Amino acid sequence: MIEYLRDWFWTYIWKPLPDMPFGDWMDSLIRWLRTEWSALFSGIEVFLETIYFGLADALLWLPSGLMILLFAGIAWAAKSWKLGLVVGVGMFIVGWTPYWEATMETLAMVVVSALIATALAIPIGILASENRIASTVTRPVLDFMQTLPAFVYLLPVVMLFGIGETPGIIATIVFCMPPGVRLTELGLRQVDREVVEAGQAFGASPARILLRIKMPLALPTIMAGLNQVIMLALSMVVIAGMVGGGGLGSQIVSALGRVEIAQGFNAGIAVVFLAIFLDRVMQGLADRTPVARAAAMAR
Amino acid sequence: MSALAVDSLYKVFGKGAHQAVAELKSGVPREELTNKKVTAAVIDHNFEIASGEIFVVMGLSGSGKSTLIRMLNGLVEPTAGSIWVDGVELGGLSNKGIRELRRDKVSMVFQHFALLPHRTVLENVALGLEIKKTPSAERAAKALETVEMVGLGGQEDKLPSQLSGGMRQRVGLARALAADTEILLMDEAFSALDPLIRQEMQDQLLELQKTLRKTIVFITHDLNEAMRIGDRIAICDGRIVQLGTAEDILMHPANDYVSEFTADVDRSRVLTAEAVMEPFPGTDTSDFEKVESDTLVSELYEQVLSSEDPLVVVDESSDPLGVVTPRAIIKSLAPENDSPEADQEPQQA
Repeated sequence: MIEYLRDWFWTYIWKPLPDMPFGDWMDSLIRWLRTEWSALFSGIEVFLETIYFGLADALLWLPSGLMILLFAGIAWAAKSWKLGLVVGVGMFIVGWTPYWEATMETLAMVVVSALIATALAIPIGILASENRIASTVTRPVLDFMQTLPAFVYLLPVVMLFGIGETPGIIATIVFCMPPGVRLTELGLRQVDREVVEAGQAFGASPARILLRIKMPLALPTIMAGLNQVIMLALSMVVIAGMVGGGGLGSQIVSALGRVEIAQGFNAGIAVVFLAIFLDRVMQGLADRTPVARAAAMAR
Repeated sequence: MSALAVDSLYKVFGKGAHQAVAELKSGVPREELTNKKVTAAVIDHNFEIASGEIFVVMGLSGSGKSTLIRMLNGLVEPTAGSIWVDGVELGGLSNKGIRELRRDKVSMVFQHFALLPHRTVLENVALGLEIKKTPSAERAAKALETVEMVGLGGQEDKLPSQLSGGMRQRVGLARALAADTEILLMDEAFSALDPLIRQEMQDQLLELQKTLRKTIVFITHDLNEAMRIGDRIAICDGRIVQLGTAEDILMHPANDYVSEFTADVDRSRVLTAEAVMEPFPGTDTSDFEKVESDTLVSELYEQVLSSEDPLVVVDESSDPLGVVTPRAIIKSLAPENDSPEADQEPQQA
């Protein structure tokens, strides 16, 4: 019986179908974009490379010893002297490895990607929190962005921009943006309805309610989202290294190719300390938002 | 001109609201609407509130009282009917017009205070002034003055989380008062507070009202509270079941819904000498002790006990109106006297 059904499906449903076309459509779309919209893509490339190289150069401008002190100082200012100490020691170890330059390049890539992702995520999150239709549309798109294997969209991006830093940055932006949007929407939706009503009852305009009431109250949640954005961006650099993204990613990829355990481990340590620095500093900043501080004072 | 007026006001939530309103207009009770998916919150409300009056809306949860108060400042749009605030009809206003009306004429106090947790007491109180774009020096002075008026002097730099519930609601009240509007909407403003603090806040509100003379719409589910502070009380259950003074409602409850509420009201704090007095016994009363007609029954006990004779109730111009006897007082405190027939007895005797 089952065999019969299988044969029936094969003969009458699958066999008469032409080859599945979605992949080919995507292929022709990318080719079409590449020929017809090349000006746009080279513009994007110039823009991203300018800020990326600018930032990487700036980070490498000072000697590593001073930069280590600077990182430790930032950590101290953002959270506590203990964190400053941990970051100082961690960054010292990173400077000790041969990958200080690669680490700064990676940091520049993370910062550029995370900044652009944030600049896109917050307005989209605001829109989704205010508008039901926008919320229903963004949700599956974000799911798609997060679950589609990174290698899959790396391919068209490489086709559009060629090998180099740009496809790495773009793939990172796509990959790390979703939590920024989601937590912005969530944070804004979670704001106490009565407090929003109070703003309305005193005659505040919608823009004022958003900026002066909803945003400050949602800020701790939004900051948690941005922390995730940064962490995801950092986790994406290894993959970006595969397409010539430079930084620690390319070190790890080449270590993987040649089974160089020492090289891979050194670059891996650098990623870990960078992650600790970024995560704890963001946490420190999140604890410093006015609402979080007020909540801490109540305890 | 009344400060606030409401004319055949309806609010029905859900699809098919207008049809439901038509049904309600023809007298269908809200439980028997054909469309079961709509919720009729406010049904056929008509009332006028005079300037300087405290108008209390009382009802259980789900009786539409929160919806009603939110319609008065345009936070909820009515399904049918009209609302006039200070002679201006809300339905005819643009969004901008409504916002201006809220800034200048109507402010609100919320059940759970609705303060901004990251702002100090002073900054919270100044919210309305900030939205009105009052210059900052004037704003700070005005906010500070209001903070002191509600008895929070010295607390102005604290955060709401550092204050007790009663103090937080004082901030909420100060915020509404600082906006300097004629009308004050209070949505279950004292319901989240402990009984003792609640009473304190009621006293403070009445004390402030003596000098401020605002028009106050006060929502509550507590009839004791309603009777303590309300000049007039509207008892709601979708429709307005009864509208009148505390005494009216206590002496002549309109139906079982109302008398269920009145059963556990402290009558001695609502009823006055005039309400419980009996007609003259026909003897000479000129030597008897006198009491003002608006004295509460709870304040008569001692005088009645210490006097051999009944007390004479006099009006403002000292004309005698009737007499109060211990018997009359005891009778007035027993809820069985609620029914109109029982109420007639003393006059027939």
